[in-house]
Amino acid sequence: MIEFSTAAMLLKVIGVLVVLLQVVPIMVWVERRGSALMQNRLGPNRVGPLGLIQSLADALKFIFKEDPIPGHVNKFYYVIAPLVALVPAFMTFAVIPFASSIEINGTVVNFQLAELNVGLLYILSIGSLGVYGIIMAGWASNSKYALFGSLRSTSQMISYELSMGLSIIGIVMAFSTLELGPIVVGQTGSLVESAARIWPGLAQVPFLEHIPRWGVFIQPLGFLIFLTAVFAETNRLPFDLPEGESEIVAGFHLEYGAMKFALFFMAEYTNMFVAAALVTTLFFGGWHAPGLPHLLDLAGLQGMAREWVRILLEIATFMLKTGFFLWFFVWVRWTVPRFRYDQLMNFGWKVMLPLSLVNIFITGVLIFYGVI
Amino acid sequence: MLSVSPVFFYLFAGLAIACSLLVVFKKNPVSSAFSLVLVFFAFAGIYALLDAHLIAAIQILVYAGAVMVLFVFVIMLLNADAPSLDIARTSAALKVAILAGCLAMLAFFVVAFKRMSPPAPLGPYTAEAVEAAGGNTRVISQLMFSEYVLPFELTSVLLLAAIVAVVAIAMRNAKKPGSAGKEA
Repeated sequence: MIEFSTAAMLLKVIGVLVVLLQVVPIMVWVERRGSALMQNRLGPNRVGPLGLIQSLADALKFIFKEDPIPGHVNKFYYVIAPLVALVPAFMTFAVIPFASSIEINGTVVNFQLAELNVGLLYILSIGSLGVYGIIMAGWASNSKYALFGSLRSTSQMISYELSMGLSIIGIVMAFSTLELGPIVVGQTGSLVESAARIWPGLAQVPFLEHIPRWGVFIQPLGFLIFLTAVFAETNRLPFDLPEGESEIVAGFHLEYGAMKFALFFMAEYTNMFVAAALVTTLFFGGWHAPGLPHLLDLAGLQGMAREWVRILLEIATFMLKTGFFLWFFVWVRWTVPRFRYDQLMNFGWKVMLPLSLVNIFITGVLIFYGVI
Repeated sequence: MLSVSPVFFYLFAGLAIACSLLVVFKKNPVSSAFSLVLVFFAFAGIYALLDAHLIAAIQILVYAGAVMVLFVFVIMLLNADAPSLDIARTSAALKVAILAGCLAMLAFFVVAFKRMSPPAPLGPYTAEAVEAAGGNTRVISQLMFSEYVLPFELTSVLLLAAIVAVVAIAMRNAKKPGSAGKEA
């Protein structure tokens, strides 16, 4: 008989892994159908209803395809590069809380795999390791276009990691913690709660007190910088220079085929999911839905049933917000053209970095005067 | 001294030593750099085992994540292919010298660790005290911005001076026509 907490942990790990693996085929389908929608065509619509099983068919094709290793590559690094890209993508989700906690027979179960006291730093550091997969792939492929891809990805990552890290300093300052759980809990309060102590008139304004204290309201500039940096971090358009089909063929994964290529594909979509979940957690209140307790009161639920419905609705809220940002990734990809290399560098160093420093300064002033 | 599972300690320590050897013996500079990343990763693992989560995260974020990416970038860009030490083609005398040097260093460490005085008292920052004060990260930040604020700020001034110096050198080269600094 295993302990209850161990069993709960196992269930959570399995659940999160299954969801992470399911996100990839679903997002591939959404991306292909979404791009077709924007370009006024149909997209995959033959396999299954609305083409939903297309991704499954593609996966089968990837698995059964011949998987040759070109003769001119560095075999060891060529083979492990896709894994190096994929594993960090899965690891980062471990610290993201996807619902609050529930008490079952006296044991509190948190809906978060690992409660790390440096959760935010953990995500940044593991996320920064993912670039090694791309560097290794480009270098081990021993091909000019692939090497260009990995060179671009390193310089892009150096330019954007800095602004990304600095943009969330504001969030860390406002909630004074690096743990993601407390950051979400900190966002459940009212936006004008502390400001009303300085200007009591604010509390009288109707409706204003119901606006939650979400990161996006107290850190609008930090949110914009973080969102932009996340596109660069996940190598998505308009910052997909390491891949750049029309410039360097396929960039870092030019020499890859079959399942090894599919692993890079999975890494990109898993990174997208983690990035969307992170944006949700840091800036949109994570699992917090305003007015959820009132809704449960209206439904007249009591005891454990109420708790379980609450948890399910919180998970649904989290998935809904994350789903919106996943769609946002697709939306931007098929709307904005790719940056030129020098534009990207200028934008990263001369716009994003100063702006993120300004954001930290403004946040410091606001906290000093007790506004947030 | 170590209250952690020795299995994981030996795992990470062995990984660190093995990868450090690879850094030296790999012929290709890029492979050496990848091995160095693993060394930093193993160090971070050991820090995490010691409950120093902040240092572990920063170790990966700064060293494995940022510094090494820059290293790899520079190595790839310069295409540095300097011939490193080829162990198979060295003379017998050099081989003996290397072996003797390694043994001497090992002997030195054994003697040094055996003669080492018992560890100094920990001072106010015991594991329990740190936990009571709100954890690792909080204690380090509070110390850094109160008691040690002067050294901390001086370090940033030093870094700023280094950045200014680098820009000055790069700009001097850029003024000359046809020099390398231009296309950057």
